[in-house]
Formats: sequence, structure tokens, C-alpha cells
Amino acid sequence: MEVFAGDGVQKAEWKAISRGAAVKFDGVQKSYDGETLVVKDLNLDIARGEFLTMLGPSGSGKTTCLMMLAGFEPATHGEIYLNEQGINNVPPHKRGIGMVFQNYALFPHMSVAENLAFPLQVRGVGKAEQEDRIRRALDMVELGAFGGRRPAQLSGGQQQRVAVARALVFDPELVLMDEPLGALDKQLREQMQYEIKHIHENLGVTIVYVTHDQTEALTMSDRVAVFNDGVIQQLSSPDVLYESPQNSFVAQFIGENNKLSGEVVAMDGANCEVRLDDGTLLVADPVNVKGAGSRTTVSLRPERIELAPSDEPENVLDGKIEELIYLGDHIRVRMNVAGNDEFIVKVRNRRDKRPISEGDMVKVGWSASDCKALDAVA
Amino acid sequence: MSSATDTPTDAIAGDGIVRAADGTPLKRSLARALRREKLRSFLLIAPLLAFVVISFLLPIADMLFRSVENNIVRDTIPETVQTLASWDADSGELPDERVFAALYRDLQIAVEKRIHTRLGSRLNYEKSGMSGLFRKTGREVRRLEAEGPFRERFIEIDEDWADIEVWAVIKRYSPPYTPGYFLNAVDAELTAEGVEMKPENERIYLTLFWRTLVMSLMITLSCLLLGYPIGYLLSHLPARSANLLMILVLLPFWTSLLVRTSAWKVLLQQQGVINDFLVWINLIDDAGRLVMINNQTGTIIAMTHILLPFMILPLYSVMQTISPSYVRAAKSLGASDWTAFWRVYFPQTVPGIGAGAILVFILAIGYYITPELVGGTSGIFISNRIAYHISTSLNWGLAAALGTILLLLVMALFYVYDRIVGIDNVKLG
Repeated sequence: MEVFAGDGVQKAEWKAISRGAAVKFDGVQKSYDGETLVVKDLNLDIARGEFLTMLGPSGSGKTTCLMMLAGFEPATHGEIYLNEQGINNVPPHKRGIGMVFQNYALFPHMSVAENLAFPLQVRGVGKAEQEDRIRRALDMVELGAFGGRRPAQLSGGQQQRVAVARALVFDPELVLMDEPLGALDKQLREQMQYEIKHIHENLGVTIVYVTHDQTEALTMSDRVAVFNDGVIQQLSSPDVLYESPQNSFVAQFIGENNKLSGEVVAMDGANCEVRLDDGTLLVADPVNVKGAGSRTTVSLRPERIELAPSDEPENVLDGKIEELIYLGDHIRVRMNVAGNDEFIVKVRNRRDKRPISEGDMVKVGWSASDCKALDAVA
Repeated sequence: MSSATDTPTDAIAGDGIVRAADGTPLKRSLARALRREKLRSFLLIAPLLAFVVISFLLPIADMLFRSVENNIVRDTIPETVQTLASWDADSGELPDERVFAALYRDLQIAVEKRIHTRLGSRLNYEKSGMSGLFRKTGREVRRLEAEGPFRERFIEIDEDWADIEVWAVIKRYSPPYTPGYFLNAVDAELTAEGVEMKPENERIYLTLFWRTLVMSLMITLSCLLLGYPIGYLLSHLPARSANLLMILVLLPFWTSLLVRTSAWKVLLQQQGVINDFLVWINLIDDAGRLVMINNQTGTIIAMTHILLPFMILPLYSVMQTISPSYVRAAKSLGASDWTAFWRVYFPQTVPGIGAGAILVFILAIGYYITPELVGGTSGIFISNRIAYHISTSLNWGLAAALGTILLLLVMALFYVYDRIVGIDNVKLG
């Protein structure tokens, strides 16, 4: 399998990796039915203090990985290490890992304070210290006055915060979050993203976060592991992930993407020449192609394309505007370029924008480094 | 409802009443709008309501009334009752001639209508010998001349008429309503000195009530102990296996109650399957065969089996709604398997336990067929005694009193349960 680790080791705040991995998946496989592998040979190091997100469509194996780490699912093969200790035979309650569940899993028969006291009670923490810790945890999520309420009396966002506070109240080194914001509305979700991010920065805990929402993954994480089909497709920091996708799946899954399929005709180290299916020639960045003669899908971000380019980029093509969609801050232009009528260009809504209308013939241009020649999509 | 939302906010007049657009108070116009709907719903439930009232509520009310109703004395010997009013039972003297004369006239009519024996049976519940006294007197009184002195004549017929206690009983039970049945039902009686407990050897009902309660509780408890793991298993199995297991749980519902109870007879009796097996493996010898039927053991075993589905179903339906993530969360927070179960899972199943326990207990406390068949003498319930008074001894008043007490008992327990557990915590599905 291909794991493109290391690309993301560029963020300054993510220096903790030098201290050794907090979590290590070593050749982990998982099968539920003995016929198909849900997780295929997973190798992953998570550094102490890191915010790592497992991102992928449903059924890609990301939640299974989290459940194996938490101890609720046994690994079929391979070993998982926590602080250099193999934990395959350690039951979940002895792993000391905090966890935030998708539906919060706050105990409905206990008050908020009792929910927070639970992990402390089972650890035999003294009464006075319990109260002190509960108060601090509730203050941290700005719910100081809500200790006496039942979970059902709280809003979704408040329940979410209680769940986070409960997962942190016993000072775990590692916290797992399984799509914790899935049930919230968009605005609250964005707010909670920042709150969780800040808590992570303030406490320095290691967080493994599972989501299928790419925006969430990009805004919060130090590194993102993109899962598909039981395999990590790419493991990088968010900016690298977006700007340098390593294969077509990642390019398509993260952000919006124009794909043009063709064949590599020449490679000269830095660049390669691609002949599209309608005969057009492009200069592209050969990220994931074998060499001249191989099929490829060229990936191109809509915001990197210029309409009627003033300077002279490597690639300039003719296009016909099919549809204009007004989105406020930008305008989505659907065009027919090189035989592809799903070609999207984002035009910023600037004061000096040129008037365009449907049916216009316009030149579109982009530089070679902005279009990535990736593996061919079947 | 729409009329409420359509009302402009300025519709509040000076008097503070919110009004609809045409000036009628909003409440009234809302009620009018809903009237049709209410009428419709009422018509939909009307047939069932009528059925329940006619076939259920009215007979029960009639039965409850019988537990205190006592018009028979007053209706059969009206003049005697009237003249007896001035007689003082504590005086130590027999009633005077006027009373005997009245009794003579009353009995003439009663014997003509052949209702004097019924009065005898009624009074026999309170004092034995009264039935025979009235039957004998009824035979003789027709031949009696209409001339006095009646007192001597009656004593000639039967010297019991000289017994002051006989007259005291007649006087005591002459009012149209009597607490007699209820006193009987709690092993007490009305004597000249007031309410007293019956002699030790004549008390049966209090013991029977107590036994019914204790055994119902034991049955409920054993249903819970057996049903809880099954409910847990059912709710944690994949749907296919759960459905199969569910069919097995419901299987007893599809077999006749009588067949199931008889099957237990075959299994449990001293020459039965279980005893034979235990003898065969030499666990017990042939002389020491276990007595497991026609006693309390038999009743508890058979009734636990019969009522088990009523415990499993509510438990299952509640357990099904408990997300497995609660237990997972508890474990991730550091709770061992047992702590996670006991502090997180179990409290959430309490509504199911409540529902199942109430259902089983209430069914058990009024159960009749199974204790009758496998209970012998020591394993019968109060309901068997009620049935006996309804169909054999024909003492309907006492049966009604016993039934009323049973009903009140269940309601009292229900109230206590509500105070402790809370009835809104009960979930049937």
C-alpha cells in the first residue's frame, strides 16, 4: 500500500513528532466476516500532541480503525501500540483513552455533573478533587452553570460540549472523536470546530478525529489521513492534501476538482505532456504517472483557472460558457472545455470583473504546476 | 389551529382576552374549530366505549355493590325487622310477643313465595344453623294457627328461637347495607361487642391474601431473573437470530394455557419425568421423590413459565432502544464490564423492569387456572377462593368483598409503585 507520510511535516506547531509516536498502527488488518478486509494493512504513526483526522467516505474503514484503537473491535491481524506498549490485549477501560461519540452517549439518567464524575469515580478520585476537576472541565467548555441539568435538557451543542468535557475530565493523553459534530447544524458545527481546536491547543492532548466532512478535516487537523477502501490514500497536512493530492481519489474527495482524462505522451522530469481524449495537448505536473504511454487523469482546481488570461500560462484552451451560477463572493462558471462540459471555473466577484454571459466563447488558462497528472480513473 | 396563528397580534382587546378576527374570544373560536374533530374522534371510540361500559364497568360496579348490599333480610321479613328495632339485644331478654307475631305474618308470605330458605342461607354465613332453622320453621309455620302466643309456638317448633343470639344476628343484619361480607373477607365478624377477629382456627382469608401477595412477588422476581438475560440476549443478537429467539419466546402464547399447565403436571408429579430422571441418575432414591406439584413450588414454577413472555417483551423493547454506545462510552471512561453494566446499562432498563414487573405481578395476583390445577391446597390463590364462592358456595357477597379487597390492594400497590418508581418511568415499548 502507499502511504505518503512525511509530506505534512512542515507545520511549525507540529514539532511533537520528535518525541516519538503516541499511537502506532503496525500492519493492522480487520475483517468482520472473514471474507473481505475492511482495513487492509494499516501502518500509521500518530505523534504525541498531534491532531490527526481520519477522513473518508462511509465504509472506508476509518471508524473501524478508531474502534480498534479504543478497544471495542479486536484487530484481525497486526499490532496497535500506545506509548510503545502493545495494547491488543488491553481491555478498553484500561486503555485510558477519552472518547467522544457520534451521538454523544451522555448517560441520560445522570446529570451533567454526574456524567463528568463518572470517569473520576471509577478511578477512585477523591470527592473534593472530583468537584474541582468537574468545575474546571465545565468552565473549559463554558457550561459552568449547567452541572445540575440532565442531558435531555441541553441543546445539541451543549450536549456536544459536555461530551468533550467528559472525555477530557480524567486527563487522558489521547482523545478519540467519532464524527462528534455530525448531528449539529452548520453554524454550530463551525463554532465547535474552533472550540475543539482551541482545547487541543491549550491542553496539548493527542486527538484522533474521524469525519467524512472534508472542511472539518481541513480546518482542524495537523495531519489528515484520507481513507478509501480500507487503505490510507494520503497522509499529509491539510494544505498539502489540497494542493498536492497524490491520486485521483484524494483530488476528488478533497475540494472541488476538474478532471480531464488523457494519455501521457512525453515526460521531461519536471513536467509531462498529456494528450487529452479530444486531442488537445496539456503540460502538467506528473505526480502519479508511470511514464509515456500511460493513461492519466489530469486534476485541476476551479479557482486556479483564469478566464481570458492576461499573462501567458503554459496551458491556454478555448472554452464555451454553458452556465453561470451566482454565489455572492464568487461566480461558478460551467464551461465546455476540451469536450468536457462539466468544466468548472470559479471567478471571484471583483469590482472590475469583465462582463460574461452564457454562450460566450472565452479562453481559459492555467499553469502547468496547477494541473496534476494523476492515476487514471476507471 | 390555523385560526390561532392567523390572528393578528393586535387582537388583544382592553380586557386582555385574545380575540379572533370576528371579535369572538380566541379560545371559544378555537374550541369551535376543534369541536368537529373531537366529535369525530369520539364517534370512532364510541363502540368500544359502549362495549367496555356494558360488558366490563357495569358488571364490576354491580359486583362491588353486592359486597355491601343486604336488602334480603328487610325484604323477606319486613315487619319483623321493623318491630325488632325497639328490642335491645343487650337486655338479655328475648324479643316480646309483637316481634314473634310479626315474624309469623312475615313467614307466611315468605313461605308462600318460597324465599324463606334464601334468607336462611344468607344468615347462615353469619351464624351456622340459621339455614336449618328457617327451613324447619318454614315447614311448620303453615300449620300454625293464627292465634298466639307466638313466642311459645315458635320455641316449640325449634328451641333455637329462644336463643338470644339468633335474634341478635337477625337484628344486626337487618339494615340494607352491611360491612359483614368485608369483615368476613378479612377474618373478622360483627358481634354484640363490635368488630372482632374470628377464632384462630377459622381464619383463612388473611393468610390467603398474604400468600397470594408473596407468591405473586416471587413469581415476578423469578420472571425477572429468567427474563432479563433473555431480553439482553435478544436485544444484542443480529436481527435474524433475534427473530428466531423471539418466536421461541412467543411460542407458549400459541399453545393452550391448559395444555401448558397439564404439561407441568406431567413433568413435576412424583411419578413424573423430572423425578424419574433424578431417581435414574441416583440423585434421590425412590422413596425420596420430590414433591413439586400440588403445592406452592408447582404454582410458582408453572406460573413463572406462563408469565415469562410478559416480562421479556417490555424488557426487550426497552433494551432495544439503548444504544450500545452508552456501554462503550462507560468503558472508554474507565468502567469495568460490571460497572458499565450496573451503573450505565441497568439504570436505563429500569423502565422495562417496571413495566414487566407490573404486568406480571398484576396478572399473577388474579391468576386462577394454574393455581387451581397445580396448586393443591397450599398453592391456591385468593382468586380460587373467589371462584369457589361464586360457583360453589354461592356466597356472592363474600366473593364480591374479596374481589373488592383484591382490587384495592392492587391499586394501593400501584400507588406505592408510582411513588417509588414513578409510573411515567414505565415503558411498554
